[in-house]
Amino acid sequence: MDLFFEQFPVVFKALNIGFLQTLKLFFVTLVGALPLGLLISFGSRSKVKIISAVFKVFIWIIRGTPLMIQLLIIYYFPGLVFNNPIWGGNEEGRFTASAVAFIINYACYFSEIYRGGIQSIPAGQDEAGLVLGMTRSQIFFKVKLLQMIKRIVPPISNEVLTLVKDTSLARIIALQEIIWAGQSFMKGSQGISGVIWPLFFTGVYYLICNGLLTLLFGKLEKKLEFFR
Amino acid sequence: MSLLTASHICKSFEKTEVLKDISFNLNESNVLSIIGSSGSGKTTLLRCLNFLEKADKGRILVNDKVIFDAEDESYLKPAVLRKNRLHFGLVFQSFNLFPQYTALKNVMLARMLQAKNDPDYKLHKKEINEAIEAEAVALLSQMGLKDRMMNYPHQLSGGQCQRVAIARALALKPDILCFDEPTSALDPELTGEVLKVIRELAEQKATMIIVTHEMAFARDVSDEVMFMDNGYVLEQGPSAEIFENPKEERTKQFLSRFISGNL
Ligand SMILES: Nc1ncnc2c1ncn2[C@@H]1O[C@H](COP(=O)(O)OP(=O)(O)OP(=O)(O)O)[C@@H](O)[C@H]1O
Ligand SMILES: [Mg+2]
Repeated sequence: MDLFFEQFPVVFKALNIGFLQTLKLFFVTLVGALPLGLLISFGSRSKVKIISAVFKVFIWIIRGTPLMIQLLIIYYFPGLVFNNPIWGGNEEGRFTASAVAFIINYACYFSEIYRGGIQSIPAGQDEAGLVLGMTRSQIFFKVKLLQMIKRIVPPISNEVLTLVKDTSLARIIALQEIIWAGQSFMKGSQGISGVIWPLFFTGVYYLICNGLLTLLFGKLEKKLEFFR
Repeated sequence: MSLLTASHICKSFEKTEVLKDISFNLNESNVLSIIGSSGSGKTTLLRCLNFLEKADKGRILVNDKVIFDAEDESYLKPAVLRKNRLHFGLVFQSFNLFPQYTALKNVMLARMLQAKNDPDYKLHKKEINEAIEAEAVALLSQMGLKDRMMNYPHQLSGGQCQRVAIARALALKPDILCFDEPTSALDPELTGEVLKVIRELAEQKATMIIVTHEMAFARDVSDEVMFMDNGYVLEQGPSAEIFENPKEERTKQFLSRFISGNL
């Protein structure tokens, strides 16, 4: 027990540093993927058949293959195949590569959610706007956007909770996120080795984080209950 | 002089011809009812007038000015369509109110968006918005909804929703207000309140085109009646004439279904 109390501050600090990297990847992914997903959803709904087909195939590939493979390909492909390791071998490079992989992957999932949201709005809303002389963009922003947001909050919140946990996949290219930090105490780090509890303890971070997000999304859903 | 002239309107969906050479005139302050069996093309005709569908052939004139000509691409530009369709208002069978806005905001929204393009909007923002709101309040009061203005559509009955939709269309001061079966989505006990406000509009000399299955109402409120059958205007004339003395066999048949019941 004494040993645990000796180790705890060291582990706690290391896990916090790792979790910071986890959170950074989480936020960067959201900031990039939420708008990019909207662009992709427009692309996949394009009236030009070729464009929508290209987008649909891209979405199919990204959603049909494991994120872990996408991470590995994006990180290693430039270096191994083109002899041009664009990301560099340091933590910063690994973070950028992870962020790119996560943004692309999550943008595709978001785009499908957006697409469902847009399509679920009855054509009568468009028509009512048109008859009232509104432009297409006024109809989108003033009439449909909030209705769409209301419909997509539940599926987006599911995706976001999954993203919190998925960030741990970046461990595969040795990004120093929280799982990496917890694991380091098994092999040995800062004079502590062969202990596994730090790895299990990382679960607490995910639980707290997702608990807060669940509350937040619940609040948002409540806020949007004023209309149907 | 007629306010509205539609000439030789044709419309097909893929291979099906839905409107086959429709022409008619409508004088200012007159009410035209369009009757006819299901699938005869009534809705499609209203949608062509409001440019929700693009007629394949034909011209539409308001006050003798061409606002649509199927042969002339320049009438199809989005900005031109948007401007010209403001001659018309359309009230839908299913209301299509904007659910996230109160009744009042539903009525104000389009006017407020329009006002933003006024050159002096920035200078007189407050006054302009207040004027729009005052007009909207007046319209809703006229619809008997003064105490319902702050309600959202889901808090209103079908009849109330439809009256908000009518106010919303009137807010843009259309030359011609079109109704597509405005009471068909309503419970029978709610149709009366909607028909009443349409009657009042007729008394105030609004120019209207009403597609309806309410024959008694059509007979009372309209100056002109048009009977559509299978994409053609089979018969058109003064209300009394069509209802009391139809010439075409199909019109007689159609009306006889209502004589015993509604009329
Ligand atoms: N978008 C469309 N695509 C293909 N066919 C259509 C479309 N809209 C209408 N039609 C067809 O056109 C015909 C006329 O339809 P329309 O809705 O104008 O009839 P209506 O007179 O309004 O009938 P109702 O009294 O049932 O409302 C119908 O046969 C319908 O199936
Ligand atoms: Mg119809």
